[in-house]
Amino acid sequence: MTGRVYLDYAATTPVLPEVLQAMLPYFNEVYGNPLSIHAWGDRARQAIEEARAKTASLIGVARPEEIIFTSSGTESNNMAIKGLALGRQDKGKHVIVSEIEHFSVLHSARTLQKSGFEVTTVPVDRNGVVNPDDVARSLRKDTVLVSVMHANGEVGTIQPIKEIAGKVREAGALFHTDAVASTGILPVNVAELGVDALSMAANQFYGPKGAGALWVRRGVRLLPLMDGGVQEDGRRPGTENVPAIVGMGKAAEIARIEMTERAAKFTALRDRLIQGVLGKVPYTILTGHPTQRLPNHASFCVEFIEGEAMLMLLSSQGVAVSSGSACTSRALKASHVLIAMGLSHEIAQGSLMCTVGIGTTEADIDYVVETLPPIVGRLREMSPLWAKHLKQGKGE
Amino acid sequence: MPVYSDKVMEHFMKPRNVGEIPDADGIGEVGNPVCGDMMTFYIKVKDGKLEDVKFKTFGCGAAIAVSSMVSEMAIGKTLEEAARITNQSVAQELGGLPKNKMHCSNLGASALHKAIKDYADKNGIKIEGLKVEEEEHEDDEKTC
Repeated sequence: MTGRVYLDYAATTPVLPEVLQAMLPYFNEVYGNPLSIHAWGDRARQAIEEARAKTASLIGVARPEEIIFTSSGTESNNMAIKGLALGRQDKGKHVIVSEIEHFSVLHSARTLQKSGFEVTTVPVDRNGVVNPDDVARSLRKDTVLVSVMHANGEVGTIQPIKEIAGKVREAGALFHTDAVASTGILPVNVAELGVDALSMAANQFYGPKGAGALWVRRGVRLLPLMDGGVQEDGRRPGTENVPAIVGMGKAAEIARIEMTERAAKFTALRDRLIQGVLGKVPYTILTGHPTQRLPNHASFCVEFIEGEAMLMLLSSQGVAVSSGSACTSRALKASHVLIAMGLSHEIAQGSLMCTVGIGTTEADIDYVVETLPPIVGRLREMSPLWAKHLKQGKGE
Repeated sequence: MPVYSDKVMEHFMKPRNVGEIPDADGIGEVGNPVCGDMMTFYIKVKDGKLEDVKFKTFGCGAAIAVSSMVSEMAIGKTLEEAARITNQSVAQELGGLPKNKMHCSNLGASALHKAIKDYADKNGIKIEGLKVEEEEHEDDEKTC
């Protein structure tokens, strides 16, 4: 069966028609190199600066020049973790991250470790929340950088960034937040959050893939990941991906205007889905925080069965969702986020992640809520764990 | 999602011989939920042949397809013939499996051999060519 219901907006969103229209001229009409000193170059450069202003405006940044365009959330995170830590290594070599960060943060921290940095990983509770006191206790005199994500893409939990940022500021360290999952979905304001750097990606808010940004407060030293020319103030050399940047700007502009309306719509659909799934599928838990979560995000663990099999059967009914089960991952490892939250490997295997978006309707949600229970039933009938559970008298 | 062969998809969508045999002559269990896949095989033996084979599997699409294929390959075979079914030959019959699924999910033949071993032990007989793989990674989370 072909796709019928797409509930995988966290994997990527579609590009809005208005965004695509805005991008198109920059492939073959306005094709100049933004560095060039002629009319073609001027127009491309102007387009980038307009996109920069729109992107800055989405996250409450008053000085657009503080925005660095990148290729993705992953690049932004790499640039932040490595570039900020290395830029400050004369002050110390200690970095703090949370256990549930995206791999682009965790693995960047691991790379720093190889070059002599110490990394402290702070835990999360059962709902996936970082305790600001844990961060405070981990701060040291030589701590140069702390990175805690704004919202988690796998379980939807929103972190108390403001509180964490306050503690980090008191200790004199830099604070970066990975806001890839939240920017364009939730109001994100860097001044309110109190952060020094923030990562975002266009394909999370109806812009194109291949476009991301890192905001770094003016005056903060950042070492570039690549060496080259003067693009992006020398912090991100290489000829700019003009169409993608223009698309990101347009998507940011629309997201800012439509955010409140979108969030209200998403929240209603999300809650309908959560209530439907929990009501119709016994032995299913909601993962992540029950209320402090992304408005578009519903994630579950369905007990006694495995996620990939669930995804395949849902896909055969035209439903697109995702899972953090070991079998779903290429590395055959259960989601580090679910394990960090204290869930057993067995429970984590039943991971199911659904994210709604602007194309989602109530009928889509109802279709999924109708389609899922027989699929779960069928896999449980096959599962030796379910059989054992039934023999044990259904008791817990 | 991994790219599975048509044969794998077909067995996954319509698995054969799912279930338990209440008065099974032998039972074999392999895998653990850390790695993601667990299989239990039940066999019924008559005149030295596998009269019936059933299974229950917790796991991915590949694990379910493998279990189904093993049951189909085993029914009607003598115990000696069934002992010669290998995880490799099962994967071959399925038109191949994605590389990363070969180790973790391809345990059907091992589960079947354990069930045959269970039967042989209970009846004090030896099956020629029967090998039961040690589960060296049962307690090790890292070597799935």
